[in-house]
Amino acid sequence: MTVEQVLFLITGAVTLIAAVMVVTSPRLVHAGLWLIMALAGMAVLFVLLENGFLAVVQVAIYIDAIAILIIITVMLTRAVMRETEPQMNRLWVLAGLGASMLFAGLMAIALQLGATAPASLAAVLEPEAGLELLGRSLVDVDAFILPFEVASVLLVAALIGAIVVAMVPRGGASAQDGR
Amino acid sequence: MALQWAFIGFMFLIGLALPSAAIIANQIIAPRKPSKTKSEIYECGMETVGETWVQLKGQYYIFALIFLIFDIEAVFLFPWAAAYDKLALYMVLEGVLFILILAGGLLYAWRKGALEWV
Amino acid sequence: MVDLFSGIDQFLKDLLIGLGLQPAFVAVLLKFAAAAVLGTISVSLAIVLIWVERKLVARIQDRLGPNRVGPFGLLQTIADALKLLTKEVLIPDGADRIVFRLAPLLVVASVVAVWAVMPLAPGLIGSDVNVGLLYVISIGAVGTLGVMLAGMSSNNKYALLGAFRTVAQMVSYAVPMILSLLVPTLLAGSMGMAAIVEAQGQFPFLLLAPLAALIFLISSIAEVGRGPFDLLEAESEIVAGYHIEYSGMTFGMFFVGEFVHAFTISALTAVIFLGGWQGPGAQAYPLLGLLYFVLKTSVVYFIVIWVRGTFPRIRIDQMNAFNWKFITPLALVVLMVTAVVDKLAVGGGFTRLAFHLSANGIIVLLTLVALRVYARATRQAQQPAEEIPSPVQQPEAAGG
Repeated sequence: MTVEQVLFLITGAVTLIAAVMVVTSPRLVHAGLWLIMALAGMAVLFVLLENGFLAVVQVAIYIDAIAILIIITVMLTRAVMRETEPQMNRLWVLAGLGASMLFAGLMAIALQLGATAPASLAAVLEPEAGLELLGRSLVDVDAFILPFEVASVLLVAALIGAIVVAMVPRGGASAQDGR
Repeated sequence: MALQWAFIGFMFLIGLALPSAAIIANQIIAPRKPSKTKSEIYECGMETVGETWVQLKGQYYIFALIFLIFDIEAVFLFPWAAAYDKLALYMVLEGVLFILILAGGLLYAWRKGALEWV
Repeated sequence: MVDLFSGIDQFLKDLLIGLGLQPAFVAVLLKFAAAAVLGTISVSLAIVLIWVERKLVARIQDRLGPNRVGPFGLLQTIADALKLLTKEVLIPDGADRIVFRLAPLLVVASVVAVWAVMPLAPGLIGSDVNVGLLYVISIGAVGTLGVMLAGMSSNNKYALLGAFRTVAQMVSYAVPMILSLLVPTLLAGSMGMAAIVEAQGQFPFLLLAPLAALIFLISSIAEVGRGPFDLLEAESEIVAGYHIEYSGMTFGMFFVGEFVHAFTISALTAVIFLGGWQGPGAQAYPLLGLLYFVLKTSVVYFIVIWVRGTFPRIRIDQMNAFNWKFITPLALVVLMVTAVVDKLAVGGGFTRLAFHLSANGIIVLLTLVALRVYARATRQAQQPAEEIPSPVQQPEAAGG
């Protein structure tokens, strides 16, 4: 058991527990905080996979922007500080069974792939060269230039859609008298 | 490489531990005389009426969303900027096009009045 | 003297390996010890920083500042810390106890963690990851999270309102901060902090990208929530905002966190735009590099305090409009122009400097012209309303 394996097991356990608590927490605000812990666990997993850039991107986008957005959205509703009803209904045994079968199937596929995975890819690139390769390939005509530009159009579309849906004073869906 | 990230983890943990030590020292040294008035919620000397809950305006959501869009844009642009030395001019112009499209989105938000603090 | 820091490192390693420990464990242990030293220093700096700020702001306001406790009032901060230590920690009714205690820890931890990637001297950097700049941005926003948790867990309407307004301000000003940080990244060709300092051997980035430096400084001051942007914790406005319900050392940690955050952004400005440890003789004598770093950070910190003591507080809608309608478009324009100009400026050295300075100068001129046009248009739009109260006027004035 190397140190990395121990760290992976601990991080994986923390992430899984946090993920379970997200869906079973009776208070919405607590669910948001457990979500932040689960996302932080994923960032640590990226570091263990020797990809610092994706770990930092995970923190910068998920924890800094999306988690705050989710908590603000939760605060826009009413049932924030109160305890809600129990989070499980009568069919939870059946749902648990289905989830376990899905998990077993995914693990079978993953373990089969593990034996034949190309081991050379991630180990060869130095982190610095990897980042430059990513930057270059984002704008290279033979590589990902079209998805790069389409991504910006997609972002603007999301912005326009959100403004149309959530605009307050010009007859949007939610006209509050808040402060 | 892993050692560098371990250092970052250590710094974060120490950053959590130092204020905890200060707060624990405070709770040991300070007197502890709880009374009903002391645990009341502060409202400029008056009693709080009603639930402690304010409904937020949708404006906060819009600001957080615009920040999200620009954050994702920055995450796309950081590798482009990190590889800047090796890029040709047309590649730089493609990045500028990316920024221009997003500036167009900001202009739309401005004209629609989404950036006002109501 | 050349490799002072790696010499110390090697000496300690040999010492510990001589005691019989494994080399890998020794490396981790030394890193942990270094992290402990750096973290403790950066938090204890608050004692000096608070004294400096109080004295400087006092002098700007034509008074003396603390001068009773100790020579020149140097022990004033220690007296304040002792006072805070003896105050009772009150947790209000119905507050969420765990989250209430977690919030100040997160705020301080997010500031201390930035020092992990700060290049203090040539060869003395805690963690030389190649994504240093993006890491700084992402950790800074963990502090935003701490503020939101503080407000939400206090079970107090005003704390909640103050917390969300503070979060909206911090999140808004993070946008021009991130955009302005892209400029030194593309000028240096890397995101790593050590690489950015090393790329400033010839000219500091302040000369190559003065507008980006200004935008970064202004938006960082707004992020910290001090200076003219401190509407949300001003005592006359919302009575301390998100930390109303915090007492004793829990409040002390928010206070310390804010001052150390201000010092941290001064250090970041010094590293990214002023050249960090660069200076005559720094490569040969690393301690001289450390001295340059401290001097540059102090100069920027003095400017931050100066700005706080001089400008009046701006209103929240002015702050908002300033961010979204002025600073963010300006940052976008600066980024695009710098990216294109740096590719066109073939030949390094002074040619590149001349290109960038003239490009920045053109942007400044165009901005001033745009502001004049906007001011004139606003004044003309207000003119017919001003003429109405005096009906006995010439017909052409009534016609507008």
